[in-house]
Amino acid sequence: MRSILLLTTTLAVTTYAASAQEVNVVSWGGAYEVSQVEAYNKPFTAETGIKVNMIAADNPATPLKAQFEAKNITGDVFDIEVSDAIRLCDEGALLEIDPADLPAAPDGTPAAEDFIDGALLDCAVANIFWGTVIAFDTTKFEGNAPSTAADFFDIETYPGKRGLPKNPKRTLYLALIADGVAPDEIYDKLSTDEGVEQALAKLDTIKDEIVWWEAGAQPVQLLADGEVTMATGYNGRFFDAMVAEGRPFEIIWDGQYMDMDMFVIAKDSPNPEEAMEYLKFATDTQRLADQAKYIAYGPSRKSSAALVGMYQDGKTEMGPHMPTNPEHMSTAVMDDPEFWADHDAELSERFNAWLAG
Amino acid sequence: MANALDPHAAIATTASGAPDGPLRTADGKPLARALARSQARAKRRAFWLVLPLLAFILLTFAIPIGQMLQRSFYNAGFSDNMPQLSQWFAENPRGTDPDEAAWTALAQDLQASAEARTIGTVGTRINYDVPGTRSLFTSTGRQVRRGVEPPYQAALLEIDEKWGEPRLWSAMREASNPVTTNFYLASVDRTRNDQGEIVKVPERQQIYGTLFARTFWLSLLITATTFILGFPIAHLLATLPMRKSNLLMILVLLPFWTSLLVRTTSWMVLLQQQGVINDILVWLGLIGNSQRLQMIYNQTGTIIAMTHILLPFMVLPLYSVMRTINPSYVRAARSLGATSWTAFRRVYFPQTLPGLGAGALLVFILAVGYYITPALVGGSSGQLISNMIAMHMTDTLNWSMAAALASLLLGAVLILYWLYDKLVGIDNLKLG
Repeated sequence: MRSILLLTTTLAVTTYAASAQEVNVVSWGGAYEVSQVEAYNKPFTAETGIKVNMIAADNPATPLKAQFEAKNITGDVFDIEVSDAIRLCDEGALLEIDPADLPAAPDGTPAAEDFIDGALLDCAVANIFWGTVIAFDTTKFEGNAPSTAADFFDIETYPGKRGLPKNPKRTLYLALIADGVAPDEIYDKLSTDEGVEQALAKLDTIKDEIVWWEAGAQPVQLLADGEVTMATGYNGRFFDAMVAEGRPFEIIWDGQYMDMDMFVIAKDSPNPEEAMEYLKFATDTQRLADQAKYIAYGPSRKSSAALVGMYQDGKTEMGPHMPTNPEHMSTAVMDDPEFWADHDAELSERFNAWLAG
Repeated sequence: MANALDPHAAIATTASGAPDGPLRTADGKPLARALARSQARAKRRAFWLVLPLLAFILLTFAIPIGQMLQRSFYNAGFSDNMPQLSQWFAENPRGTDPDEAAWTALAQDLQASAEARTIGTVGTRINYDVPGTRSLFTSTGRQVRRGVEPPYQAALLEIDEKWGEPRLWSAMREASNPVTTNFYLASVDRTRNDQGEIVKVPERQQIYGTLFARTFWLSLLITATTFILGFPIAHLLATLPMRKSNLLMILVLLPFWTSLLVRTTSWMVLLQQQGVINDILVWLGLIGNSQRLQMIYNQTGTIIAMTHILLPFMVLPLYSVMRTINPSYVRAARSLGATSWTAFRRVYFPQTLPGLGAGALLVFILAVGYYITPALVGGSSGQLISNMIAMHMTDTLNWSMAAALASLLLGAVLILYWLYDKLVGIDNLKLG
């Protein structure tokens, strides 16, 4: 009975909505969705009258792929990871997006230049950046705080265990950065045997002190328990621990590893015009800056950085917590999905052989 | 009363005479046939009863697992999408240098595959054997979609000179046949060189042999520790008066009912360097604050946590067997002059063997496939082969490789099962 009720209600809502202008946005749910509803959806509906239906998925690429296979597209805009955006674009599931259609920055800089490098793909536009960063427990290093990726590997000056994720993608680059390799040479290095050897040799210097983690909540917990004195993890998680829970952690932005979330539009989506409207609106300078009020992820436009204000608690300045803050970008390593599609399996085997050895 | 369905009828017939010829039922039909018919009917009825379960197991278990394992030797990602080149490989033996016909086939297949948007699948298949080639296929695909002119050899080499590498052509030849042993070779740290000969992979990439050996060794060790810890508990449970043993039984079962993750996480809290046990040791002054023991995120952690988690699987079968052992046997042995040790060794222990066998087999097989606990507490030295299978399933998405590793694991367990049957006899197994 309940399901029938639910079904008829859904049908009624759908038919009602179909008569008005609407757009279906599939995103990740949780605090992230809240930030998008507040920063994008509400002002978008207020301004254009187009209703936004927010749909949550564990990974929006999965329903997108399923709808594409079934040739029955119901979503319009999807928020997905870079690797999925490239793959689905290669498979012909996405609309191509011309950067010239996107709004320019307030000072007139065209979108193609305003977006951070790598944020515009053939079929996708990045909305947020998130970083894998080093955090440390300030109570353990009073008077002598670490400040660089190299300090992470300096056990003598900064004693204590280190937390690292158990995969090659988010460990090898850090070792190379700490070894003095420039961020833009990381992937050239990792394409060669010598480069991988160099990274593993650097990791060898602290191998006995590493506590390996698997899930994103672990590094925060390891730091909080005092099991490690420094760990790498996702910047949003550390921000929560520091600001919402008041933990004595501090983030080292040197050598952060940056990933993006991308907006894409499904090919043959039911509302292509509204979808494009929404995408243009959501990725303009002001909206991207507004989103940072609700979550510690960085806007994908350079021009948004200056407009980022306070956290919703009204007293925490968000700028210094953004992975995209210009000061944090100078030594940032960008994720390279093409490189990892080619080398993930090979490097995972090398990495695990090294771990076991 | 006497009818074909009543086996007692046959006995009546034999008893009443007719010593020669086949046994017959009361109504004169041959006994064997009557019996067979009645049994067939009963079997049919029984079959209908188990049919739902059978269908369920077949649909949800046997078929998916079969399909999964099939991937370990069958991967048509290349051959389906590159038909012309696969044809060329079939017609020309290994060692033939690619001629213009081969290059033409390659270029046309690439073009068709890029247009059909299947080029990613093709690249992924070759990337398994030659790392770094997925992007070669996708980027070349993007370019040939805009058009490519003969001569194709020059055109493709112009796009990327990697197309000339013998290793790539050797890998494409391997992949042109969907049936392949390459995934099994990789599972035992072997690969094929440019000439197609089987060679060991470079030492720094050898991982699976070590992990298989470690998995079996740790599983044996964990089976042994569960036995050492579980045997006295089971004995106590079996000999205590019912009221006390019930209480103890709940203590054994309570962790068994608790979520695996909760139990694993509790071990982290207890064992980590800033954890409860280290704190107590430091407080007692047994170790200094700087000498805290590393008991987790290594092999020790894996052994401790898995022993605890698998202990009930050893205790329960042992307990159920020990309950049935008549205490007067041991008393009789003692009264005949055996020492308590001899009585235990010669009389009591052999009677527990069916339970021990069942417990050991259960614990060992579960331990061999354990995944989440070693992933969380194993650190680098406590990783098992199942962690690599999980990695290939979820991270590298090389399901063929995961299937090959899984079927090797399955095969090894089946061989052990067979050995057990030969040495101890599976009929002696008693699960409870």
